[in-house]
Amino acid sequence: MAATNRLWLLAVTLLLAGKAEAAVLPQDRADAMYHSYSGDGVSIDGPSILLRKKAGNNWSFSANYYVDAISGASIDVRATASPYKEERTETTVGVDYVQDKTLLNLSYTNSSENDFEANSFHVGISQDFFGDLTTLSLSYSRGEDEVGKTGDASFAEQAQRQKFGFGLTQVMTKNLIVGVNAENVADEGYLNNPYRSIRYLDPDSQKGFSFTTEVYPNTRVSNAFSVNANYYLPYRASIYGDMRYYSDTWGIEAFNAKLGYIHTFGAHWIVDVHLRHYQQDKADFYQDLFRRAQEFNFMARDKELSTYAGVSAGAAVSYEWQFGQDKLVQKSSVNLEYDFLNFDYDDFRDVTDDAPVGEEALFGFSAHVVRLYVSVWY
Amino acid sequence: MDWLKAVKCVGAAVVLVLNTGCVSTLSDIKPWVKPYERSHLADPIMSQSRNPVASAYTKHVFEAREGARGADGGAGGGCGCN
Repeated sequence: MAATNRLWLLAVTLLLAGKAEAAVLPQDRADAMYHSYSGDGVSIDGPSILLRKKAGNNWSFSANYYVDAISGASIDVRATASPYKEERTETTVGVDYVQDKTLLNLSYTNSSENDFEANSFHVGISQDFFGDLTTLSLSYSRGEDEVGKTGDASFAEQAQRQKFGFGLTQVMTKNLIVGVNAENVADEGYLNNPYRSIRYLDPDSQKGFSFTTEVYPNTRVSNAFSVNANYYLPYRASIYGDMRYYSDTWGIEAFNAKLGYIHTFGAHWIVDVHLRHYQQDKADFYQDLFRRAQEFNFMARDKELSTYAGVSAGAAVSYEWQFGQDKLVQKSSVNLEYDFLNFDYDDFRDVTDDAPVGEEALFGFSAHVVRLYVSVWY
Repeated sequence: MDWLKAVKCVGAAVVLVLNTGCVSTLSDIKPWVKPYERSHLADPIMSQSRNPVASAYTKHVFEAREGARGADGGAGGGCGCN
């Protein structure tokens, strides 16, 4: 009880403490990026354009246009179908409104593919208090998906998604910021990928196995908790890190951690190097090989639902120009970022391997991720 | 009536704690990093959202390749200097 009261009192004290400066709108900026992902036989690339502009002292508007041009064939496609090409276009428009220490954000996103349409809106509020050393953020998102299937005009399914987010950022010292976040995500509806299949033993097949469509539960609820920290070093450099724990009603439990270091050279160069680790345990209804086609009510063979671990290492280089606050363009930068990703699966086998059923080599793959972009602040 | 005794003990402890230091300690807490001490915190190299387009893309890549989702964005702000 005393602990509860102390927490409550601390919360009230934090809320009432000290007068301070107002919350700040995001800076006016424009970004133009080319992104590229290549790995597991798939190439995805395209542009992303972001524009953000203030209107008066209280409003800021933003728009983002993003394209994924996808080609190739991942291990799932290589096992059951032919290489393909498709394009996903995502458009987001948003508005931020600031009043004293409160920042409100509202945004709408549409994502469109030839066989998939998603619309979502997001509302967020963040409040600075305790002399602006503490920021509390709350957010809610809701999305509707329409799922189709190429070659099957009668296939039409839907899914709804909701997210509740909580975040607290605390300035600990003049060199250290720490944050905690929690997010609950609830999905309902058709949550399968209509093209993905499970593998089951089939003595009538030449290979000894066949494929049939996956069957997922039509609800999924997940909770994720994370902590992050940024620390400014005695020279102009910083180290940062984050950790996240995740679990959901499908039985997946995951953990990831990242550590990074940012170093500056003179007034122009910023270099960032980072390392990230990820691991997860499989969903309850995941198996690499089922004994028969209708073995269970729910069956999945999506490798993202299996037990596996991944590691990524990357570096980013930025070159900045400062032109001055009174200039039309105040600052600009050119940035190049590269990450190497590697995933090794514990119970997902490479069915293209020529080996007895269920004894194929375990699957693993590497990917290269590149971001090249220009940013302008005005 | 052990439970009543326990409740009374807890209640007394709460009152004691609240009246001896806890409240005064809490009310004595003041923002300990002054606005003029926040130059390091305001440096873009301390920002979680220094490059929003690149961070959104990176988040999308990991979400597509991993089963976990959510709680991967910073709350932002915290020093009135974002």
